[in-house]
Amino acid sequence: MMNYQFDILRREHADAEPWHQIIAFETEDANETVATALQKIGTGHSRDVAGREVAPIAWEAGCLQKKCGACAMLINGLPRLACDTFLRQLKSKKITLAPLRKFPVIRDLVTDRSVMFENLKTLEVWSETTSPVKEKDLDRAYDASRCLQCGCCLEACPNFEPGGSFFSAAGFAPQARLLTSCASSMQDNIRKLYQLHIYDGCGKALACEKVCPAGINLDRLLSRSNAVKIWHRK
Amino acid sequence: MKVNIIGAGLAGLSAAITLAKKGIPCNLVSLLPSERAQSVLAEGGINGALNTMGEGDTPAEHFEDTIRAGVYLADENAVRNLTEQAPEILRELRDLGVPFHLENERIIQRNFGGQKKKRTAYARSSTGKVLMTALIDETRKYEVRGLVTRYPHHELEDLLTEELSANSKSSCCGALIRDHYTEEAIVLQGPVILATGGMNGLFPGETTGTVTNSSDAAALVFSKGVRFSNLEMIQYHPTTIRIPGKRCLISEAARGEGGRLFTLRGGNPWYFMEEKYPELGNLMPRDVVSREMYFVAHDPNCCGQVWLDLRHLAGETWRKKLPDLREEVIHYLGIDPAKTPVPVEPGIHYFMGGIDVDISHRTSFRNLFAAGECCSQYHGANRLGGNSTMGAIYGGKVAAQSAAKALAECSGKISGMQAQQTVKEGKGLVPVSEEAAQQISKLLLGALGIVRTEADLEAAIGEIDRMLSGRKDRSGDCTDFRELPAAHSSNPKELRRLLLAKALLLSASCRKESRGAHYRSDYPETEDDFRTKMISYAAGAEVFAAPEQELPPG
Ligand SMILES: Cc1cc2nc3c(=O)[nH]c(=O)nc-3n(C[C@H](O)[C@H](O)[C@H](O)COP(=O)(O)OP(=O)(O)OC[C@H]3O[C@@H](n4cnc5c(N)ncnc54)[C@H](O)[C@@H]3O)c2cc1C
Ligand code: SF4
Ligand code: SF4
Ligand code: FES
Repeated sequence: MMNYQFDILRREHADAEPWHQIIAFETEDANETVATALQKIGTGHSRDVAGREVAPIAWEAGCLQKKCGACAMLINGLPRLACDTFLRQLKSKKITLAPLRKFPVIRDLVTDRSVMFENLKTLEVWSETTSPVKEKDLDRAYDASRCLQCGCCLEACPNFEPGGSFFSAAGFAPQARLLTSCASSMQDNIRKLYQLHIYDGCGKALACEKVCPAGINLDRLLSRSNAVKIWHRK
Repeated sequence: MKVNIIGAGLAGLSAAITLAKKGIPCNLVSLLPSERAQSVLAEGGINGALNTMGEGDTPAEHFEDTIRAGVYLADENAVRNLTEQAPEILRELRDLGVPFHLENERIIQRNFGGQKKKRTAYARSSTGKVLMTALIDETRKYEVRGLVTRYPHHELEDLLTEELSANSKSSCCGALIRDHYTEEAIVLQGPVILATGGMNGLFPGETTGTVTNSSDAAALVFSKGVRFSNLEMIQYHPTTIRIPGKRCLISEAARGEGGRLFTLRGGNPWYFMEEKYPELGNLMPRDVVSREMYFVAHDPNCCGQVWLDLRHLAGETWRKKLPDLREEVIHYLGIDPAKTPVPVEPGIHYFMGGIDVDISHRTSFRNLFAAGECCSQYHGANRLGGNSTMGAIYGGKVAAQSAAKALAECSGKISGMQAQQTVKEGKGLVPVSEEAAQQISKLLLGALGIVRTEADLEAAIGEIDRMLSGRKDRSGDCTDFRELPAAHSSNPKELRRLLLAKALLLSASCRKESRGAHYRSDYPETEDDFRTKMISYAAGAEVFAAPEQELPPG
């Protein structure tokens, strides 16, 4: 039997005061994740260490196998996917859970990440023409197609501010897909938007890549996009 | 007025794009953004007879394989349309920038179960994800142009319907949705396309899909009287592993690339599929493989476990074709499938049955359409791997075309009282309690396993009836099930789920034969009399199931 203690930053609604609820959690399952633990303690039947009832905990989940990005949150201060965080891998038996900080909180661990989707609209991430991928570009197109829109990178990125004009990795990963396949008639516009919303704001120190739960090779996508950009400048 | 699409996976996105291309506006409603839909999990691939592998493949052969694997239960005309359109859809997807695996700029197709030719296009083990990314990007174009309006944290709470006259079909005139962020209720008028995915929530923790597909949407429309079909047809995928909170699929691509199933008999490996089915071997349709796995696991001469042997695959195959799959097995089981056989067992993966639709994806209600996994079309008694992503995309297109026609017919008037009443309520419905969900799941799992019997099914139906009657008459003498939480609450979502669960069981009980995924040890033969849809529907608190020809039309 393993004993853990969760410290969960709770908030009933957007305007409510956040508060910490400390909950003791016992498990025999060596493969318990933060997500499965939340499934167990979040259903409204446990009590916290002060003896208070634990009201259902709001958090988002989908695939439970790190493929949909729904369950991104701060776990011991780091942006991670709850379903991909095994309790046994955490150094401490005390585990803090909090909502991602760059997005408005809706309830408990749920944040409104719509700014990412809005940014992709501003970046015009779509194709106006047919855009089949060439064999030589397959790897990059594949990688760029894998972004979960989880928002972990935005948490780690020193330069991203919601509402700002710099869109960070959650913007340039999907945009890089277009660079691999779009007709040349679109490239000028893509470059312009890239310069404005990515290139000009990015410090290129790749904190984003270190936290990306999809393991996307953001360095490669960024270098390639920069190369395209620089080549254009010449 | 707009068309209202509920669900933003492959089927919902395909419908939205089809409408937008015609200049018809739509609302696109989903519990979570598209990036989180179950469709992103599809791994192995998508089928279409492109004939890029020099095997002389044709849509006609795709048609035959699909019909045969579905054991002659699927609508032949619908399947013919699907298989004829499939190559064109694959070309469209490639033009949208889907990074299908290419060699010499040609889409490479792989072997998949139940198909004699290489017909499955893929992108490593993340086909669904890359398909979704391309369709999401395409949809975004129309969002910006105002043709697609997203409601991406909204739940379908009610279907707005009206009885036109006593004897005519019920008609759908819109949807009531609830914003999970603000609790606000919104009435959307116009025809509705349901694209809400499979009924995973009936089996929490036991399927390979997402928790988002709770089955609540299916249960809601079922309780409203919409007809369902073939609910007994549940696909157990042969190769799943248990991971925290769910089952994880080991894609059929592993066998497509040469993986072999074995058990130990008298201490020696026995590659039972290869011995029993020399032609297709490990790549027999999923129902056959899962059933054989069940039998060998229960064979006293065998050890009770089945393994997937991938040790002989070439390094190149791991690197280029199955890298994600290898990483996943290492991640979850701590073993490297290139070196150690993977212990696997069958798990619930797909629902062939669902909302009954005709060839135009119309349901039994006017102005209500369904596409994707939530509906019953194309797959008959057993789905071929790679056919559901194609079925969802093609079905979404057809449903959109039908809904576009209906848009003109829709009266546009929502019976004002009904709409207002529900909006006033203020808060959304309470979810199905964990206890009730587990209880219903346990009953269903017990009776709707790989091998089924009348006795098990009747017992489970009896239990559900007791829970249902406990609700109807809570003052009455029902002490013996008072302790059952599902019998205890008046939560409408639980009541609906009980009705849907009963329909699954009744459908299985009424199909007194074995066909595809439905295997009855008491009726092991396939019977011509049952080469027909099993229809189920609810009327009030009663649930009915019967073969289609025994029902009055409509
Ligand atoms: C692990 C896995 C691997 C697979 N691999 C393959 C494969 O290789 N090839 C293949 O062909 N098929 C595969 N499948 C099956 C295939 O992916 C699905 O059948 C298909 O993607 C279903 O698409 P859909 O659009 O019908 O539904 P989904 O993608 O499930 O989308 C359902 C949508 O409905 C929304 N929704 C649900 N309930 C509600 C509600 N109450 N209110 C509002 N919105 C709601 C959800 O938010 C979501 O947007 C696989 C499935 C799984 C689970
Ligand atoms: S490289 Fe640095 S600045 Fe650029 S997106 Fe990544 S974290 Fe942000
Ligand atoms: S780039 Fe990585 S971390 Fe950022 S949103 Fe995409 S998947 Fe998440
Ligand atoms: S639930 Fe999908 S990534 Fe965690």
